[in-house]
Formats: sequence, C-alpha cells, structure tokens
Amino acid sequence: MAEPLLEVRNLSVHFPTEDGIVKAVDGLSFSIQPGETLGVVGESGSGKSVSFLTVMGLINRKSALVEGEVIFQGQDLLKLPGEELQAIRGAKIAMIFQDPMTSLHPFYRVGDQVAEAILAHEDISKKEAAKRSVEMLGRVNIPRPDERARQYPHEFSGGMRQRAMIAMALSLNPDLLIADEPTTALDVTVQAQILTLIDRLQSEFNTAVALITHDLGVVAEHCDHIQVMYAGRIVEEGTGDDIYYNPMMPYTWGLMRSIPRLGAETDRLTPIMGSPPSLIHLPDGCSFSPRCPYVFDRCHQEDPALIAVDGRHAAACHLPLEERDRIVAEEVLSTS
Amino acid sequence: MLRYIIRRLIWLVFVLVVITAITYAIFFVLPGGGSEAIAQRFAGKAPRPEVVQEVKIQMGLDKPLGIQFFNFTKNLFIGDQYGWPGLGKSFTIRQPLKPILMERALVTLQLAVGAAIMWLLIGIPIGVLSALRPRTLFDRFAMMFALIGISIPVFVLGAVGLYAFVYKTHLLPGTGYKPLLEYGFQPWFSHFLLPWFVLALLYAAFYARLSRANLLEVMGEDFMRTARAKGLTERRVIVHHGLRASLTPLVTVFGLDMAGLLAGAVITERIFNIPGLGDLAIKSIGSQDVYAILDVTLIAAFIITFANLVVDIAYAFLDPRVRYE
Repeated sequence: MAEPLLEVRNLSVHFPTEDGIVKAVDGLSFSIQPGETLGVVGESGSGKSVSFLTVMGLINRKSALVEGEVIFQGQDLLKLPGEELQAIRGAKIAMIFQDPMTSLHPFYRVGDQVAEAILAHEDISKKEAAKRSVEMLGRVNIPRPDERARQYPHEFSGGMRQRAMIAMALSLNPDLLIADEPTTALDVTVQAQILTLIDRLQSEFNTAVALITHDLGVVAEHCDHIQVMYAGRIVEEGTGDDIYYNPMMPYTWGLMRSIPRLGAETDRLTPIMGSPPSLIHLPDGCSFSPRCPYVFDRCHQEDPALIAVDGRHAAACHLPLEERDRIVAEEVLSTS
Repeated sequence: MLRYIIRRLIWLVFVLVVITAITYAIFFVLPGGGSEAIAQRFAGKAPRPEVVQEVKIQMGLDKPLGIQFFNFTKNLFIGDQYGWPGLGKSFTIRQPLKPILMERALVTLQLAVGAAIMWLLIGIPIGVLSALRPRTLFDRFAMMFALIGISIPVFVLGAVGLYAFVYKTHLLPGTGYKPLLEYGFQPWFSHFLLPWFVLALLYAAFYARLSRANLLEVMGEDFMRTARAKGLTERRVIVHHGLRASLTPLVTVFGLDMAGLLAGAVITERIFNIPGLGDLAIKSIGSQDVYAILDVTLIAAFIITFANLVVDIAYAFLDPRVRYE
C-alpha cells in the first residue's frame, strides 16, 4: 500500500473541566490514502468532529490535552509551530462545516471571502485572486458567478452558501478536504446535489476527502472506506459494502436499523436505546455495553479491541463471530 | 433609502410637536403652573392685578393657551423675529434665547466630544484585550476596573477628582470654562481635562464590558472557525473578521450615548461649572424660565431622535444585511 496522505496514530483529545476530564477522543488511529474518501460516522459527541478539528489545528491547545501523532505528508502536525501549520491549513488541508448559514462572514462579499483564502497562501494580486474566486464559484455550479461573487452571504440560499464554502476550500487545490457534516443543515434535495458536487470535484482535483456525518446512508454511497465512531474511538471500520451488508458490531447494527427504508415491513424505526455515555465517566469495559441489547458479562469487564474480521474490515466486539453472523442475517438485514 | 429617510424626518417633526405639547402641558396646565402663576412670579412681590396683567401682555401670556402653544410651535418651525428656528425670549434676562442656546450647545459639544474620544480610546482597547485573554489576570483586573467605573456615580468621582487634582495637588486649575479662541489651548484643555475624564470613565467602563462581551461572542462564531481554517494569520482573523463583526453593534450604542450627552451632561456640567445645555436646564427650572426649559427639552429631543436616525442610516452602510425600504 502506498504511503498514506494522513495518518493519525493513537490520538487523544482530552478537555479538563471542573467536573472531570472529558475524553472526547481516546486513542484514535486511522489513515487516509491520497484521493480516497473516508466516511466517519457516529452520533453527536462521538468525537468525529473534534478529531478532525485537531487535525486542522483548530482545537485550542490551551484548553485541551492533545496526545498522539497526526502525520500529514511526513510531518507531525501536532508538533508543527503555528506559522507552518497555518501555511498547511487552507492550502493543503481544507475544511467545510456543518452550517453554511453561519460559516461565512456576514459582512463581506462572497467573492472576497474566497479570494481572501487564495491571498492568504499565494503571492498574487487582488485582481488575480478575485478572478480566481469567480472561476471557483463557477466550478461549484453557482450560476452567474461574477454577479454572485459581489453578493453577500445573506443573499445566498443554504445550498449556494455551502457551494461557496466548497469553492473556498478547493480554491487552493488541497490534498485533503475535511467535510464536517456538509449536508446536515440542508434540504434533502440539496444534500444530494452537494454530495454529487463533492464527488465530482474530488475526481477533478484528485483530493482525498474525509466525510464526517451521522448519516450512514450518505457515507455508504460516497465513501471508499468507512469508520464508525463511538465515545471517541473507532468501533468498526471497513468498506461501504462491509459496513452496509455485513456490519459486525451491535452499535453499527443500531445505526443500520435507524435508517428509514422504502418498502420496509414496518413503518417504525428502531432507535438505539439510551443516550451516548458521559465522556467523563466512560462505562467499564466496552463503552457501548450499557446500551447494547446483546451484552454479556465480559462486556462489562474488558474493553474489546478493534480486531480484523476480514481484510481492512475490523470491529470491536466480544460476541463470537458466528453469533454475530447469525444476528446480522436474522435480525439486522432482514428488518432493514 | 431616500424614502425611508424622508419618512423618518416626518416622524421626527411629529415627535418634536408631541414633546412640545407635553412640556407645555407640564408648565401651563398642571396645578402650580399656568399663565397667571408665571406672570405673578415675574411681577414682583405682592403685585397689583394691573401689573400682573401688564406682565402677561409683555410675555405673551395673555392669549388663550391654545393660541400660545400654536404660536410657539409655529415660530419653532418657521422662525420668529430673532431668526430660525424661533426659540422665543427668556423671561428672566429678557433676551432672545437662540444665541444663548447656540453658545451653550457649543460648550456641551466640546465636553461630549472630548469625553467620547477618551472613553473610546480607553474602553474599547481594554475590552478587546480582555476578550482575547479571557480569565487571565489582565482580564480580571480590567473587568474589576469596569465594574468600579460603572458603579461610581459621576458626582462622587467629580468631587473626588476635584479634591485630588485641584484642591490637594494643584495639578489642574479649578472649574469653569475657558473658551479656546479667547484663552488659547492650554487653559481650555486643562479646564476640560478633568470633566472629560470623569465623564469618560463611566462610559469607558461600560464600553470595555460591552466590547469584551461582543468580541467573546464573536470569537465563538462559525465564521471565525472558517477564517482560521482558511489559514489566515491570527492577527487577520481577529482584526478583519472578529473586530469587524463585534464592534459594529457598538455604533448604535455610541450614537445614542453621544446624543444623550449632547442634550446636556447635567451633573458633570454642574460639578465643573461648565455653562452647557445641562447647566442651563437646571438654572432655567430654578428660575421658572419656561421658554428656556421648553427649548432645552426640544433640543434634547431633537438631538436624540436625529441621532437615532443617523445611527440607523450608518448601520445600513456597516451591515450589508440591513436594508431600508
């Protein structure tokens, strides 16, 4: 396998608070290959955003204890001085965020905001940057980009704003695009357009993409590799097919059952019972054990490791494999 | 935009008429007031009815109240024999009020502008630095200063200032107003320094808290994260994105604060013996100089309504989301 573009090794992000240490990310390891799309799935508070904000250096290091390594193109980003990280941010790693309504500055013209990103990294004239920004807005399918560039964010719809954010992120042709729930705040029809746009641009620019979402349906369709996160760790990873047709741990099953499907026998969804654990006092043993319907003694005593099931497909669960195969066949795929 | 401004100006005229009517009512209709009572007060001790009648005619108090009010309002908008706007004549010094008011407004203007420059230069930098270093020693000291600044009444601070800088140490000359053109820069400046500072401290404290709170809020906004994600320098993130968004709301507050002061910084002017509008208001109330009171009230009302309009228009230029139809 080629040298990975990004390799995160044993990353922990802990926030000390008055109530105790919040272990937002706890021993996370993964890698992204150049040009690959990685899907990161999990509930709110599973650490998926925090881990990628840490990669970007957007976590306030004064309020967080960060440990581990984030190797990007051979450099450990966590050890890089602020200025060098700044040069990478936006230029080599770009990020788009969940809520396009609030992610653009309300007082500046959209074109200027895109141009500002270009000017931060390239020594070109303002005019040249403005031209490039219009060009980028056109490439993300914003109609009449020269006119739109002179408008303010409030004159854009949500979908258009997210397009503008994507234009800004891709304007420097980054090697990695982190998309943090890029479609969560958008209408369903617009969601599909944005995802298709990201797909298209990804092949045009040959950018690797980390697609963070809580929607398993979204990642299955658009990602080469998927990792499911729970309580700051990866609990299952594999290809889209692995996760979708052969999920190997109860939390992923729960996510699968929560997806609404056409033609299902029942019109009721099966949610995952309970709520995500406190990141201050993680449960003993497996952190999913308090919510797991298949829990047994061992789960409370021992934290399951992420063990390969088949190739890059791995899951963290104590249940015997045959038992899991049976449950998948009888209870998960049949109901879904 | 133009239509909006015209509509607001018409509204302004309406507000002024209503305020004139209310002030008029307070002095002429409420018990203890009225043309008769006013005339008696200016007619000397135990006046004979003929004398009172004479005074009433002289002061224009003999006509029915409605006519008096109409004449006053009419003069206000189209001018009287002393020019436009017609502000009438003082009962006590028997002179046209317009030049007096102009002179005093100019004094108040100097006081207010000087203080405003001071409080902006003190308050905003403190607030911004505090917001950039929240919960540090600097922040805590700055906010303690702000709390004290807000809590001390102007009359206490003024008196303490006079005691310390004038009476005890003679670092500054006494109170009063020394016009710049007549006395030159040094006396003018040294007489204004303490009143400016006393007035500015209260506002500086308030502005420090306000700009700190605004900037802290903006620092957590999504667009700040976007700015950082773009790879901008921290300096550019804070100045270009943070301050631009957090200080714009201060324009509203500043406009209204300035207006309030221009209408007369009553306490400060009294303490430092500065002949401004606020000082005139107090003196006129003491001497029952009804037209002077009416004029000061009207000027205050005008400045405040007008400042509101200016702030609203300015906001349309500062915040592209604001549009007026």
